[in-house]
Amino acid sequence: MDKRAVFKSWWLPILFALPQIALILLFFYWPAVAVMRWAFTLEPPFGGAAEFVGWANFQDVFADPFYWNSVGVSLIFAFCGTASTIVVGLVLALAVDRQLPGSGLFRFLYILPYAIAGPAAGMAFRFILSPERGLMASVNAVFPDFWNPAKYGSHALVLVIVIFAWKWAGYTFIFLLAGLQSVPRALTEAAAMDGAGPIRRAVDIQIPMLAPTLFFLLVIMMTEGFVGADTFGIVHHTTGGGPNHGTEVMVFRIVDEAFKGLNYSGASAQSIVLIGLIMVFTFIQFRFIEKRVHYK
Amino acid sequence: MIQRTPFADTFTYVLMALGFVLLIGPFIVILAGASQTLQQVNSVPFRFVPQDHLLENAAAAWSRASLGTAMMNSLIMASLVTVGKVALSACTAFAIVFFRTPLKHFFFWMVFITLMLPLEVRVVPTYAVAADLFQPFRLLIAALTGIEVSVEWNLLNSYAGLTLPLIATATGTFLYRQFFMTLPDELAEAARMDGSGPARFFFDMLLPLSRTNMLALTTIMFVYGWNQYLWPLLMITDPAYKTTMMSLVALLPSENGTPDWNVTLAGSLIIMAPPLIVVAVLQRWFIRGLVATEK
Repeated sequence: MDKRAVFKSWWLPILFALPQIALILLFFYWPAVAVMRWAFTLEPPFGGAAEFVGWANFQDVFADPFYWNSVGVSLIFAFCGTASTIVVGLVLALAVDRQLPGSGLFRFLYILPYAIAGPAAGMAFRFILSPERGLMASVNAVFPDFWNPAKYGSHALVLVIVIFAWKWAGYTFIFLLAGLQSVPRALTEAAAMDGAGPIRRAVDIQIPMLAPTLFFLLVIMMTEGFVGADTFGIVHHTTGGGPNHGTEVMVFRIVDEAFKGLNYSGASAQSIVLIGLIMVFTFIQFRFIEKRVHYK
Repeated sequence: MIQRTPFADTFTYVLMALGFVLLIGPFIVILAGASQTLQQVNSVPFRFVPQDHLLENAAAAWSRASLGTAMMNSLIMASLVTVGKVALSACTAFAIVFFRTPLKHFFFWMVFITLMLPLEVRVVPTYAVAADLFQPFRLLIAALTGIEVSVEWNLLNSYAGLTLPLIATATGTFLYRQFFMTLPDELAEAARMDGSGPARFFFDMLLPLSRTNMLALTTIMFVYGWNQYLWPLLMITDPAYKTTMMSLVALLPSENGTPDWNVTLAGSLIIMAPPLIVVAVLQRWFIRGLVATEK
């Protein structure tokens, strides 16, 4: 990184970096400091200066069963969402990688859902998987009450996970296909000569060779599931966190508590926990990417 | 293709067709529903065949959610965010890569750490800053000098408010940094020997060379800008500045009213169209941008 530096001006780099740095200071760091401050203080109910309360806000948050509910919902959402996107993406990538005639068209089509905003997709799926019309109504006609996301939290959670998986499967597909295409042809050819069929080759050669990509996607999708903008949008517009807190993921609870409950201290304490989680994910991601670069 | 076996080939096609049903099926349902009448869209079982009422449903959705204004605002917002992100990431990466300054590590880490601060976790104080842009400066000045300054600038209900807080980008900056670092050292040396200053080098050589990057970044950032949901929801109360994502709510059938989902679906189709077209038409660039920003 150092040897490239060729220009010696001291003020030009500052001038070039200043616009972005200013925006970052204003809209990222200053708010982050405010979050820190709020997390450890409490505004008195009848005005006056905020009072330092130490870890009390965190203790309140951790004592709240609804907080642990949101942690559980987020865990289920992130795990199931990640698992389904990766499985669908992997199967489709393995199929398209066989390069049969027409697979180019499928490759083109699979990425399209990724263009759709979470909330817009959520609105469409409210119709597609509605209990009274769309596709599930026929099933409900045979088995009454089989599917009703407006009534059962677990059904609603399935619904938002389906939307998440629908949008992100094309994303994992792209990365897995790129990964498959970098598996040396000689390896799969040799295996085919030795009599290994396509499934055997997939399980014993291609998928193990994809391990770095799979791990990378695991981290990316977990981060996306926990704190992604889409996660919030999908939940907010499709179910609004309900019914009965059944789809209240952590990000939704933070925003809801801040703007509806006006509990800035509680929301900030929850934010700090989430930032800690993101730091762990980012750390893992970059450790791993460093390794990948060294490996090359 | 290494080896052809009829069974494996059939199986592969079955899998790809399944993928088609899962991922493209919802689009077909949306399109079919959006082109049906009120009775047809509510009929059980659902009919997957598109009818010929698409235009009237779209017109109904267009006026119900005043999509004209919303589409315009979303277009302005997405374009401003895109241009801003591309410009800022090129400039910052230039400062980080091509100068011998002790500040470059500082800049790099400043940008890097923003990755860990998504909007959702700092939403209230960010909103507070946007509602009163000079609040940080006032507090700083008051703390340093004890002077109360009363300058105020409020970003609520403005394009600046919609875009400025979203323009800073770590991924874009890293993409550009990566690209600048692949350029041979000799390029800048040669430019310098020919008497070109850093600014000239940046505008006349680096920017034209980075066209590919710029296009890739533009496609993903446009989709990102168009699909923003939470931030417009907070910043905008004036209907004149509503974006498409905010008009989604207006499109939903009312709780106990007519379940005219055909209009709702037609509206969602209109809102989905611009990013969908970008990804479909510029797919090569979009994928390139996607893969490059994650490295």
